[in-house]
Amino acid sequence: MPGVLGEIDLKLSDPGSIMARMADAIVAEGLVKRYGSVVALDGLDLVVPEGTVMGLLGPNGAGKTTTVRVLTTLLEHDEGTATVTGLDVIADAKELRRRIGLSGQYAAVDENLTGFENLDMVGRLYHLGKQRSRERARELLERFDLVDAADRPVKGYSGGMRRRLDLAGALVAKPRVLFLDEPTTGLDPRSRLGMWDVIAELVAGGTTLLLTTQYLEEADRLADEIAVIDHGRVIALGTADELKAQVGGERLELTVSSARDAATAKAALAPLAISEITVDERGQRLTVPVSGGADVLVDGVRRLDAESVKVLDIGLRRPTLDDVFLTLTGHAAGGTDTERKQGEKAE
Amino acid sequence: MSAFTQALGDGAVVAKRNLIKIKRVPDLIVFSTLSPIMFVLLFAYVFGGSIAIPGMDYREFLMAGIFAQTVVFGATITGAGLAEDIQKGVIDRFRSLPMARSAVLIGRTTSDLANNVIVILVMSVTGLIVGWRIHSSPLEALAGFALLLLFAYAVSWGMAIVGLMVRSPEVFNNASFIAIFPLTFIANTFVQESNLPGPLKTFAEWNPVSAVTAAARELFGNTNPMASEPSAWPLQHPVLMTLIWVVVFLLIFVPLAIRQYRKAVAR
Repeated sequence: MPGVLGEIDLKLSDPGSIMARMADAIVAEGLVKRYGSVVALDGLDLVVPEGTVMGLLGPNGAGKTTTVRVLTTLLEHDEGTATVTGLDVIADAKELRRRIGLSGQYAAVDENLTGFENLDMVGRLYHLGKQRSRERARELLERFDLVDAADRPVKGYSGGMRRRLDLAGALVAKPRVLFLDEPTTGLDPRSRLGMWDVIAELVAGGTTLLLTTQYLEEADRLADEIAVIDHGRVIALGTADELKAQVGGERLELTVSSARDAATAKAALAPLAISEITVDERGQRLTVPVSGGADVLVDGVRRLDAESVKVLDIGLRRPTLDDVFLTLTGHAAGGTDTERKQGEKAE
Repeated sequence: MSAFTQALGDGAVVAKRNLIKIKRVPDLIVFSTLSPIMFVLLFAYVFGGSIAIPGMDYREFLMAGIFAQTVVFGATITGAGLAEDIQKGVIDRFRSLPMARSAVLIGRTTSDLANNVIVILVMSVTGLIVGWRIHSSPLEALAGFALLLLFAYAVSWGMAIVGLMVRSPEVFNNASFIAIFPLTFIANTFVQESNLPGPLKTFAEWNPVSAVTAAARELFGNTNPMASEPSAWPLQHPVLMTLIWVVVFLLIFVPLAIRQYRKAVAR
């Protein structure tokens, strides 16, 4: 029956927007939030497809936490609309809270309760019932490697353990959408790596995740797509690779001992450059845009050696998200990142 | 499950959490009972000798006042506890859960009530040791304790508003002391209000703490047979006046506290 098939065809090709909306776990349009004269969100737009990880990247005060609070119904925005799993964050707030999990910037666990008691309490408040709450608490303690500490008050937990417990708390009701606000801030490097593994495993299971972070590396590692936020607005959106492409490709950076050597080096490396070679004002530092990875570095060193150029330092630099941030906003992402970059240069 | 029973159920979960804290951090209850004990001893033995209440023993007069002061101080734990929870992000977690909006406040005020029950028990024993006696029927005495606790419960909701507004336990403690000291001292708690100078006397007569103190005195049978009839209406009908205060406090504080909770977020 061609008529019927025709109708089906029509429905399938019908406004993609409806289909698209069904598949978008988070949709925010033109969010504005003011605190007196301070504008925390200034027309923020965000779409997170179901089952993907969105990284909100930005320095302190950019509006990351405010965004999470609006989307998790903790804060009412002044303008714009926001839906999570199709539910409006203001009108359907109560139903929405059943479907989301939130782990905040500070591990919001009760220090005086044990790990088990914390999770059991959260289960009861999600109205899972006594039996189910207990089972779920045990499951999560096992999953997050906290079984041994389960019956000890949280007071004695390490920072990493607290964060894991807090994350477990956000997962009690098996939420469809998970919000993690700076999940690794304040953790030592080892605990951070552990946390990343836990989160990566989690999203492999298909949970939609909105993650905020100040750590560029973290967004790069965990997020499918990154929204760079500054002054309450998304100033760039894309995959880590897309953002890097925006800033430019790899480059060879070298320092020589004199301006004369610099001129020689510039001539020697010219065949490798894919665009113009720049020399800094002191005339000792060259940046050569290249493509081809480590081979180019080896080739470059050979060419310099053939011309007897005295090289003080040479390296192949791939753009990092730090560069993305610097290019987009004109300032570094945060004090620690600037320091880290300086540390790298010093090495 | 109706909204109301759900709020009570969620409130019970939160209250249990707070009570576990009393168990795990016994210092809290120790110190919240030590200071009233100290007050009893201080007033009974240091000031007591200089404060003459013609017609009765000062210690008999004193106890109802100390009870009132102590339960009002006990009620401040509500504000400090909520401020601490905000600071630590626990309120953010609660507010992201599909639980009743009033539940955290119901749980908090309830567990603080339980705390006050323990404190009152300890104080009663101390009072009995220094020579205080109840001269009324057990039922009246029980009504006296119930009234003190009910009054403190209503005050708790007021403290909740302040705690949620200041969001820092330290700031809350300083702020609440400024309010609580005049309320518990410019009253009939430690002296007879009739001896106070003009404006202070009027303040004391209409002070809610005076009403609950006078009510407790009446119900414990610790009234002064030689004292003249109080001139102000609230102290002529202290039990009724206390109940009126409780209703007024709850009608004002409960909705305001819930409103403040809905807006409360950590900084």
